[in-house]
Amino acid sequence: MVSEKSHVDSQQEPRQEEPETGLLNMPARRGPRSLPPIPSASRTGFAEFSMRERMREKLQAARSKAESALLQEIPTPRPRRLRSPKERESETEFGTEPGKEVQSIQQKDDAQIYSRVKFREQKIKSKPQAPPGFPSAEEAYNFFTFNFDPEPEESEEKTKMKARDGTSQEEEAGEEEEPPVRGGSKTDEEGLLNGKDAEDFLLGLEHMANDFVAVRPADYESVHVWLQKEKEILFIPSRLTVPTYKKLPENVQPRFLEDEGLYIGARPEVAPTNQNIMENRLLVQEPRNDFGPSARSQGRRWFGDDGRILALPSPIRPFPCRPLLSTREQSTKAELETLYRKAVKYVHSSKHMVGSGDPPGNFQLDIDISGLLFTHHPCFSREHVLAAKLAQLYDQYLARQQRNKAKFLTDKLQALRNAVQASLSPETPQQSLDTNQKTIKEYKYEIRQTRKLRDAEQEKDRNLLKTLIKVWKEMKSLREFQRFTNTPLKLVLRKEKFDQKADEEAYEAEIQAEINELLEEHTEEYEQKMEEYRASYQQWKAWKKAQRAKKRKKKEAAEEHPEEEAEEAPPGEEPVKPVPPEPTDPGELEQKVRERAAHSRRRPGEPLLLPELSLAGSVTPNEQCPRVEVLRREDVRRRCVYLKVLFNNKEVSRTVSRQLGADFRVHFGQIFNLQIFNWPESLTLQVYETIGHSSTTLLAEVFLPIPETTVVTGRAPIEEVEFSSNQHVTLDHEGVGSGVPFSFEADGSNQLTLMTSGKVSHSVAWAVGENGIPLIPPLSQQNIGFRSALKRADAISSIGTSGLTDMKKLAKWAAESKLDPNDPNNAPLMQLISVATSGESYVPDFFRLEQLQQEFNFVSDEELNRSKRFRLLCLRSQEVPEFRNYKQIPVYDREIMEKIFQEYEKRLRDRNVIETKDHIDTHRAIVAKYLQQVRDSVINRFLVAKHHFLLTDLVVEEEVPNISILGLSLFKLAEQKRPLRPRRKGRKKVTAQNLSDGDIKLLVNIVRAYDIPVRKPPASKFQPPSRSARAFSEKHVASPSTHSPAHSPDYALGQVLVRPFVEVSFQRTICHTTTAEGPNPSWNEELELPFRAPNGDYSTASLQSVKDDVFINIFDEVLYDVSEDDRERGSGIHTRIERHWLGCVKIPFSTIYFQARIDGTFKIDIPPVLLGYSKERNMILERGFDSVRSLSEGSYITLFITIEPQLVPGESVREKLSMLKKFESQEDEKLLQATEKFQAECALKFPNRQCLTTVIDISGKTVFVTRYLKPLNPPKELLNAYPSNPQATAELVARYVSLIPFLPDTVSFASICDLWSTSDQFLDLLAGDEEEHAVLLCNYFLFLGKKAWLVMGNAIPEGPTAYVLTWEQNHYLIWNPCSGHFYGQFDTFCPLKSVGCLIGPDNIWFNIQQYDSPLRINFDVTKPKLWKSFFSRSLPYPGLSSVQPEELIYQRTDKAAAAELQDRIEKILKEKIMDWRPRHLTRWNRYCTSTLRHFLPLLERSQGEDVEDDHRAELLKQLGDYRFSGFPLHMPYSEVKPLIEAVYSTGVHNIDVPNVEFALAVYIHPYPKNVLSVWIYVASLIRNR
Amino acid sequence: MAAASPSVFLLMVNGQVESAQFPEYDDLYCKYCFVYGQDWAPTAGLEEGISQITSKSQDVRRVLVWNFPIDVTFKSTNPYGWPQIVLSVYGPDVFGNDVVRGYGAVHVPFSPGRHKRTIPMFVPESTSKLQKFTSWFMGRRPEYTDPKVVAQGEGREVTRVRSQGFVTLLFNVVTKDMRKLGYDTGPVDTQGPSLP
Repeated sequence: MVSEKSHVDSQQEPRQEEPETGLLNMPARRGPRSLPPIPSASRTGFAEFSMRERMREKLQAARSKAESALLQEIPTPRPRRLRSPKERESETEFGTEPGKEVQSIQQKDDAQIYSRVKFREQKIKSKPQAPPGFPSAEEAYNFFTFNFDPEPEESEEKTKMKARDGTSQEEEAGEEEEPPVRGGSKTDEEGLLNGKDAEDFLLGLEHMANDFVAVRPADYESVHVWLQKEKEILFIPSRLTVPTYKKLPENVQPRFLEDEGLYIGARPEVAPTNQNIMENRLLVQEPRNDFGPSARSQGRRWFGDDGRILALPSPIRPFPCRPLLSTREQSTKAELETLYRKAVKYVHSSKHMVGSGDPPGNFQLDIDISGLLFTHHPCFSREHVLAAKLAQLYDQYLARQQRNKAKFLTDKLQALRNAVQASLSPETPQQSLDTNQKTIKEYKYEIRQTRKLRDAEQEKDRNLLKTLIKVWKEMKSLREFQRFTNTPLKLVLRKEKFDQKADEEAYEAEIQAEINELLEEHTEEYEQKMEEYRASYQQWKAWKKAQRAKKRKKKEAAEEHPEEEAEEAPPGEEPVKPVPPEPTDPGELEQKVRERAAHSRRRPGEPLLLPELSLAGSVTPNEQCPRVEVLRREDVRRRCVYLKVLFNNKEVSRTVSRQLGADFRVHFGQIFNLQIFNWPESLTLQVYETIGHSSTTLLAEVFLPIPETTVVTGRAPIEEVEFSSNQHVTLDHEGVGSGVPFSFEADGSNQLTLMTSGKVSHSVAWAVGENGIPLIPPLSQQNIGFRSALKRADAISSIGTSGLTDMKKLAKWAAESKLDPNDPNNAPLMQLISVATSGESYVPDFFRLEQLQQEFNFVSDEELNRSKRFRLLCLRSQEVPEFRNYKQIPVYDREIMEKIFQEYEKRLRDRNVIETKDHIDTHRAIVAKYLQQVRDSVINRFLVAKHHFLLTDLVVEEEVPNISILGLSLFKLAEQKRPLRPRRKGRKKVTAQNLSDGDIKLLVNIVRAYDIPVRKPPASKFQPPSRSARAFSEKHVASPSTHSPAHSPDYALGQVLVRPFVEVSFQRTICHTTTAEGPNPSWNEELELPFRAPNGDYSTASLQSVKDDVFINIFDEVLYDVSEDDRERGSGIHTRIERHWLGCVKIPFSTIYFQARIDGTFKIDIPPVLLGYSKERNMILERGFDSVRSLSEGSYITLFITIEPQLVPGESVREKLSMLKKFESQEDEKLLQATEKFQAECALKFPNRQCLTTVIDISGKTVFVTRYLKPLNPPKELLNAYPSNPQATAELVARYVSLIPFLPDTVSFASICDLWSTSDQFLDLLAGDEEEHAVLLCNYFLFLGKKAWLVMGNAIPEGPTAYVLTWEQNHYLIWNPCSGHFYGQFDTFCPLKSVGCLIGPDNIWFNIQQYDSPLRINFDVTKPKLWKSFFSRSLPYPGLSSVQPEELIYQRTDKAAAAELQDRIEKILKEKIMDWRPRHLTRWNRYCTSTLRHFLPLLERSQGEDVEDDHRAELLKQLGDYRFSGFPLHMPYSEVKPLIEAVYSTGVHNIDVPNVEFALAVYIHPYPKNVLSVWIYVASLIRNR
Repeated sequence: MAAASPSVFLLMVNGQVESAQFPEYDDLYCKYCFVYGQDWAPTAGLEEGISQITSKSQDVRRVLVWNFPIDVTFKSTNPYGWPQIVLSVYGPDVFGNDVVRGYGAVHVPFSPGRHKRTIPMFVPESTSKLQKFTSWFMGRRPEYTDPKVVAQGEGREVTRVRSQGFVTLLFNVVTKDMRKLGYDTGPVDTQGPSLP
């Protein structure tokens, strides 16, 4: 806080001294400040001192006084940030500490700054609202953060004044001192800066940071103050209209060019307020910006003569338009060339008819024909001729009188003269002299011109009057001569008298003025001539001299050309003479002028003659006329006239026939309303005349203009159209005829020939409808209609439409036709032309679709196609399988191997070539090919669908919960965050996208196994085994002393029968458990296998198509003692571990992926014959206490398999596709709706149960599922095998079906959908998944007369699958179609775990029982409470036809081919086994092989059962001295590869006993339709010694 | 290896997720990851990261400052699939559930140098008012299945989004061999000596 208030008290004297010393003393001085005024202290202090406020105020007042004095010493350049730091708080400080002595000891150097500070305070103090209280935190903050601006000096003064007002009287006392002091301060300023050490000042600054931490209240400035300030700073132009005089130079009237007839384009529309603001701003700001003398006019240059802001005409076209499309003239491609054909106008639609698109043509044209007047007619008498002439002249006179041009010109002349006078007078200073001269000159010239015009006009007037009078005189004389009057015309001349004197004066003045002007003119001319003369004279003189010189020369030389001289002389002599007749001029001129005036002008005093023509005269009645005249009159009376109205050259109406009047006028007064349908092209009146009852003659045609759209009835003026006819008529009476010469003179001279002519007075206008709408066709059409009429003026019609795009043509046309640039009609055109011509912009005469394409082509297309890199990129973006996930395409072509494409190209090439290399028989090759093609097409379809996203694909959103869930979640809110008894939470699912190799693991938990085959005790052998061959383990476990086989009972009971362990292999990674003991081992071990997606692509689609299987092999670990000698036994153990394959479980990865976890007990696939092992023993042993288990034959293993982390299984695309309606169907629409309804209902009740109503067939169509079920005949051989035993037949059939290779759809089609093939397709393809097997099996059973259904449900390990259910006499059997096994309904080891629905040939039943396990449900589908049927009474079965064939046809399989295949497979397998043992010699025991080969057919016949004992016996007999381990494998045949895999997985080859021998036999049993059952017998033999 | 003819170019990006402006929310953290094309491979640095939780600054600006560093280097043979940084910002809602507050993406600047980018953030909208209410109530706002979808155009037409705020990123970009491979991205004047 600012504590230094000392200066308040301190006097000026000490301060004056101290600045000099201060620098050094300062630190020392600081020290003494023993009571530093800490803010907190000061606050408390303040609290104490609050009562002293009064006193403080006084002090303040005093202080401020002192301050003002101090102000002088403040150097002017003030540091910014010090400016306004403390306002209020410092003040409080002042108040608190004044009494303290300590402060009075102050640093001088600070003083300056403080004074400044205080000064600020003073200012603030003046504000009444600020309390003198504590500094708040905010104030302190403000202090540090505010940016203080320097205040201008003047304001300080002001504020000072204010402050003074507010302060106490004490201050007032000091006030007097102030002014002088301040005056001094100003002068001192510089001195202070230099003299008073700047260092001091700087030091002061340093202190500031510490000392000036002041807290003060926030500034508040009231709105009014703000507004005030803003007003000072901001300039807001007024919105009021600016008076015109401000915008124009003084004393200038606004000039409106428009009124003067110049065309000004339409101004763009601007809101008047905006315009006003702009104007105001311009007026105020412009002068401010440039402080010139012409500032005011600078501002005005923005305004036009009319006082408005200058503006270009609005560039917006009034109507939208589109550029014309025209193709390039020289198109290279012929197809694109445009043939030009002249447009054929469709006359009716566009030209004549009012457009059909318009409101029904209710247009009307009103033609008013008021009358007809003949200006000449054959029946005219001579008097009539004169009368007509007179009338014509009078009309002319009247017209002239109306225009009164002479008067106008006289006035103009007068004005000009005045102007000249004015400009000649000295008081026009603003214009410079020479401009003045110039204008005067111009004026004079104009005066001359005007005078000439006026004279001509006056003369004409006078002449007209004269002729008028002359004709009238002639007429009068004619009347007198013929002694009758034919016409009522009468001319009266009115005289208007003038004041003689005034008139004379005016006349004289006029003449004088004229004379003067002429004189001036002449003098001017004269001077000019003199000038010329002088010049020429000079020339002449020079020439003369030269001439003379020449002459002399010539004379001297030769005098041959005297003529030449003479010729040359005249030009030189001419200018010599013209001395103008100056003195004679005035008189002559005057005379001339007077003469002219007399000629053309009314003489002074002469009355002004005003002719007046009237029809007041009387016509002589017939009786008094001569016969010829009477005849004529009669003739006239006989004549009738009528008019025909022709619209578009068609007569539309005619007037009544009227008699010709004596005055040759016909009055019609008829109005014709033409309802227009066709477009008005022409409007014609034909004048017909009939004489008596004889024929009518066409006198003339009158063409009427079609009115403009603005002309409507009521506003149209009556117009007169003249017509004339060229007929020749000679009459035998007084009538002068027509086209015949006649004369007024008696002698026949001065002949006249007049033609029949006349005028029609009419008006044509558009009618107005009842509601005031003019019945005019729209303008757009009118343009077309007016084409003929406006041809000259209309640019489009005269140069053609194409001309509009060609600016040059247009400009040319504009120049030629002399368009009036000031005509508003032409404004857009003129603008266009000016833009086009001035800008010199090149308008191409073609339109290019892909502009700049050429510029973007950086290489030619061929080159681009040749680029390997480009091709690679293309293929990748097309998602071609080979390149779909290709990464890091090389930068350069050269780095791309040609090899990459080879495979792809080969595939393309081989698409139709069948290759038999991989597939041993051709049929399978074809099938494989076909499957591949189906797969490709489906995948392509899938890829399309994959790029179609649904919201759920992108956004995870909670579904709207129903009320119960909502309620539950409400409870959940109240739940504890960390409950004491935590509950299991579901694993978080991971989307497969952001995964990489190693992230995913397969967890296999091997729990236990049951009924593992046990080793057959050697005791059962007839041959005593050698000692060394005894199993080490056996010996080990049994009492070591009993080696003898005689102890077989003990041995059987006491020893470990088997030491099984489990080996899991997946993707060539192998893990195995520890070894357990006994036939019912329990491992409870978790194995972790890494999972690697193909190509590192962890997308859902890719994962779905993983074809790898998890192999779970059970081995028996056998330890053999290899010690050669018994004596060594004591010292060392030499054992060899052998593993004997016992069986395997194979689970496809896709199943795990879709199921997320697999949990259950699986039957181990154990070969029918396991040499050296048996189950019987086991069973005998255990039968007693474990009879239940023995019900099922075979061994079981309990497993739990899952993927860590859990993957979100890709939803089958089927739903998506069906949602997209990608698959069409031939089913009835109603049926499809019913299926949807049914499924929805089922899903509502039991969302987990599978309900199937429609499936997709192999061509991608939706088919109702029952259509697949139909009795179908199994192969005859199978039926004939056991004719009497239906059960055996059924089993055989099931076996046959299971021999068809299994190929899951999900793998082949990347889980796109289940495609159901019909049974014949299935048999042709020889591959299918559960559904196909089940359908076929079910169909066979139906054929066999069983009641059979398709069961849709869940099984392990397959997941959702299809089984077959049959009804035997009194129980149900469940058949696994893929393995051929069957189970009773209550078999606990039945792999089918849940039943969703049953499908029969004519109905579908959905399981609506409480349970879905086959053990607990009732399969009686007739009970509607248990089974919901699809077809019911409400929806009866419509009798759907089956999609299956009528009958299956089976070809016998070629046995020879099977035998050949058998040999080949055997050979391949043998090679493979040798390959797998690269480090060992593989010997084949041929003898054993042949034995095995014989044995295999037996196995086939017995289906692998009940042969073991015989077989064993036989083997033992033959291979007595070999230890033998081996087993037959049985598989359906699809390809070689699975066979190899199977053999490999048994691990037979892993035996590395040196003297091992192998035996391998293959047997293929052919079934009809190329179904092959493959048996592979693998064995290893070790010779016993 | 011949420096004259490199087979890849390198793009080094470092910088930071500086700050964000989310007027309605506080205590946010953000995740970033890079999305790039098939021809790109990260060679060094971190492809993704998750920042600390930050609170609003107490001054008037009310910004959420993370200053969370980014440092990654890519190599590539093809500018197609140029890396984009995808940001997703999360924060607690009224009930304390972590919900997403914004997604946003921007391409890493092409030209070398220092670049500041402010990207608008948005979240997918619920499909209905009821959904909106329940999702608010349950604290399970709609989210993208994968934040990376905001870096691609495919399938975006099915979503509706609402804007949420802004995130400011700072990139320092260094490229190597781009010019040698014929990709000229830098401004003309800052180019080094041009090759013969």
